[in-house]
Amino acid sequence: MDAHDHHHDHTATAAPQTEAPPGYYETMETALRELLVEKKLIGAGEIRRQIEVLDSRTPALGAKVVARAWVDPDFRRRLLANGRTACEQDFGISFYDDTELIVLENTEKVHNLVVCTLCSCYPRPVLGLPPDWYKQKAYRARAVRDPRAVLAEFGTIIPDDVEIRVSDSTAVVRFLVLPRRPEGTENFSEEELTALVTRDSMIGVVPVQLQTGILS
Amino acid sequence: MPEPASGTATPSLHTVKSFGDQPVWKAGDAIRISVRYPIAHYRVPRYIRGKRGLVEMVIARALVNNEEEGFGRNAGQLGYYYRVAIPLQELWPDYVGSPNDNLRIEVFETWLEKN
Repeated sequence: MDAHDHHHDHTATAAPQTEAPPGYYETMETALRELLVEKKLIGAGEIRRQIEVLDSRTPALGAKVVARAWVDPDFRRRLLANGRTACEQDFGISFYDDTELIVLENTEKVHNLVVCTLCSCYPRPVLGLPPDWYKQKAYRARAVRDPRAVLAEFGTIIPDDVEIRVSDSTAVVRFLVLPRRPEGTENFSEEELTALVTRDSMIGVVPVQLQTGILS
Repeated sequence: MPEPASGTATPSLHTVKSFGDQPVWKAGDAIRISVRYPIAHYRVPRYIRGKRGLVEMVIARALVNNEEEGFGRNAGQLGYYYRVAIPLQELWPDYVGSPNDNLRIEVFETWLEKN
């Protein structure tokens, strides 16, 4: 058929379509949620509140925790001994999902990387929602199979004499990487240090670096 | 013997711990991950089954066995998770990175065997 020789009506598609029709899982979620509300097992207010809880968690929280650990040896010791308790006591960060938190310290000899091969377990209380790549199968499978290649794709080259520890979160424990404090930050304030700490450095795919300033 | 006043903690030297009260494994124990494929909910990825490693630490809190919890059976099912270290060369015989590279993963008590 000639591409120009079609006579179907364009007006049906001309109207702006702002949303695609809901998919299978979206429909299922809506149905389940409406049923739970209708049966008074949960209320609409509780759902909204939980979304607010999730939205209030961002990598900025984790960055504060990391910077504090860099400047306060006592906090660092308590954080490494029990990540959850230290975050609760010093920052008022609640663990609404009742997970434990193990903080993994990067050193000259050990580099930590975090993954969840089964799904997308992530330290949401301190970092918020995981990035999309963290949930994709390519990262989940390859992080435990060939972590050095995965790190190299993030631009992170780990010397052979440094041990790589991949922590696979599978059950009740979540992991936060405590990156190494960059050299040249001896005179930085806690606030200035906080600004250097990125989400990816707390997952372990990149180190914390001083802004190298492409334009400077 | 007088009854203890209600609500006060009475120290006892002779309590018998129930199964699950105390961790079965300790740091440094050589273990092997069980090879089984039950129909249930559990958090043991296939790639570690049958692999050998060392217990790094006991995860502090005893928790319900979620393999049983999936069937609604919670009572008397407390046990421990262990953080286990497995060399990547044990997982992947053709692993080309450093021989020191390793996996750390938490595994429930019922999935660990003596190596």
